[in-house]
Amino acid sequence: MAVHSERVQAPSPDAGEAVVDGTGTTVAGGGAGGAGPKRTRPPGAPGLGSRFAPYLLLLPATLATIALLGWPLVKTVLLSFQNLNRRQLVMHLTEWTGFDNYKEQLTDPDFWSVTGRTVVFTLVNVVLIMVGGTLVGLLLNHLGKRMRLALSISLLMAWAMPVVAATTVYTWLFDQQWGVVNWFLDQLGWHSMADYNWLSSQYSTFFVVILLIVWQSIPFVAFNMYAALTTIPKELYEAARMDGAGSGKIFSLVIFPNLKPFFLATTFLEVIWVFKSFTQVYAINGGGPENLTRTLPVHAFLEGSSGQHYGIGSAIAVLTILMLGALMAYYFRIMIKQEDEL
Amino acid sequence: MRRSLFGRTWPNVIAVVLFVFFIFPVYWMVATSFKQDRDIISKTPVFLPLDGTLDHFTTAVNAPNFWTYVANSVTATVGAVLLSLVIATLASFAIARMKFRGRKAFVLVVMIAQMAPWEVMTIAVYMISRDNDMLNSLLPLTLFYMMMVLPFTIWTLRGFIAAVPKELEESAMVDGCTRTQAFVKVIFPLLAPGLMSTSLFGFITAWNEFPLVLILNKEEGKTLPLWLSSFKTAFGNDWGATMAASTMFAIPVLILFIFLQRKAVGGLTDGAVKG
Repeated sequence: MAVHSERVQAPSPDAGEAVVDGTGTTVAGGGAGGAGPKRTRPPGAPGLGSRFAPYLLLLPATLATIALLGWPLVKTVLLSFQNLNRRQLVMHLTEWTGFDNYKEQLTDPDFWSVTGRTVVFTLVNVVLIMVGGTLVGLLLNHLGKRMRLALSISLLMAWAMPVVAATTVYTWLFDQQWGVVNWFLDQLGWHSMADYNWLSSQYSTFFVVILLIVWQSIPFVAFNMYAALTTIPKELYEAARMDGAGSGKIFSLVIFPNLKPFFLATTFLEVIWVFKSFTQVYAINGGGPENLTRTLPVHAFLEGSSGQHYGIGSAIAVLTILMLGALMAYYFRIMIKQEDEL
Repeated sequence: MRRSLFGRTWPNVIAVVLFVFFIFPVYWMVATSFKQDRDIISKTPVFLPLDGTLDHFTTAVNAPNFWTYVANSVTATVGAVLLSLVIATLASFAIARMKFRGRKAFVLVVMIAQMAPWEVMTIAVYMISRDNDMLNSLLPLTLFYMMMVLPFTIWTLRGFIAAVPKELEESAMVDGCTRTQAFVKVIFPLLAPGLMSTSLFGFITAWNEFPLVLILNKEEGKTLPLWLSSFKTAFGNDWGATMAASTMFAIPVLILFIFLQRKAVGGLTDGAVKG
């Protein structure tokens, strides 16, 4: 799956990363302590090597994670307590300022409006993605073979489209002068849109960004929804139908309860992905016009890197990570309850 | 039960509309890249470019440093994927086949690492690279891309390894193989498809990466996504060339994805749905 992984990851491209589980079920076992046939070593001597073998195998992965993921995380926290602007950067000064950056952010109305905007932005996206994805998944289940294949291919294309290429295409589709969207709206009779500049206002920019994200994310949900639907035994539908249930009832009484874990997990994954999405928001309009489409990750980047207030940018990053952390903690609680095999 | 004509038709009508909605941007990208300029800059869009041209591809390929960026992207991506495959194979063998203390904790870390907020960690990565004098270099890019795809790689390979019946390994050991030999001779060959598809996903993730390279590398150190995003600015209204560049960047991924599709969906749902 990709979402982008950024998916995708991800999906996006980010999508590529999504993943709720691998392919098979793990039966943990195979005893490291010599549970297997012991021909290779004398009985009774549970070689040191084999006791430490798993740790040895995990060593490279552990070291990489500590150095390449753990350290940047710690570094983000450390930077957030420093006064680090252009001057300090050039002169290699380290000035600790305690909680000043946090105090500044938490009392800054801008920070709170960006946060509120990010929450609303995430909600709108996730609702559209989940509802759209579920409906498309149900439709896939309903279609004949040929139509299903055609729709799958077009979904696949949208899903696989690299995020940067997709943002470029969307700016072209929504181009003020020559964009095909404006032409289309004009043809439909909405003549004031013939020369509309989509990037000129907050809402229209968000419209383009959200359309882009939803367009790229629906396929992931739809495919998984479709795959999940095929796991529901046919008898359940038949039984419900015999009892006189209509489509709505079938969804709420048969499909939804059966796929509840799927809905929960997917919704949370989408929330996390959308909340931290950067490329789409940044590449469409750079957080503009007038900074009105900044979301938290874009805000952190623009303050920290472009504005060269690295300490403040890091503080925003830490606050963002804390919010994501809360979301993830909840997600993992659900997952762990489900995954006994973990 | 007979359904009415209406009942049979509407799903297909909606499907056609959705088909167009999802494929159109991709089609428009490819179509624009082949169009003559007069068909791009025209008040009525041309939907089928019958008198196509390759000029825009020439413009894009001849853009300054194009081949440097291709080389950068390929180096960082392939390096990251190969490194992560090696590291992940070792780790996933341990978690799929061995029992030891800390196994659960490790799996949990892998799952969390998979969602690491790289988008907001870029400032710290910038500082680390700068302190080590490695801005505009491919080494940090390769290493951090490796880390971005590592959790996913471990997680997926774990599934593939677990799917190889343990008896195969055991009978190899009965026949006198050591555990290592059993792995190399029995499991590893069976893992080939798994390694393939896992690495292709890793490839796609790293190939598309944008936020980190945006802050780390400039000028000759750029990769293709960064080049593409600045291309738009540099070439202004040359939409033909911009779309040609996007097409060249996207096509390898689109093709890979078609091959991977089954594995992607299957792998995901196996775990997601069992409730």
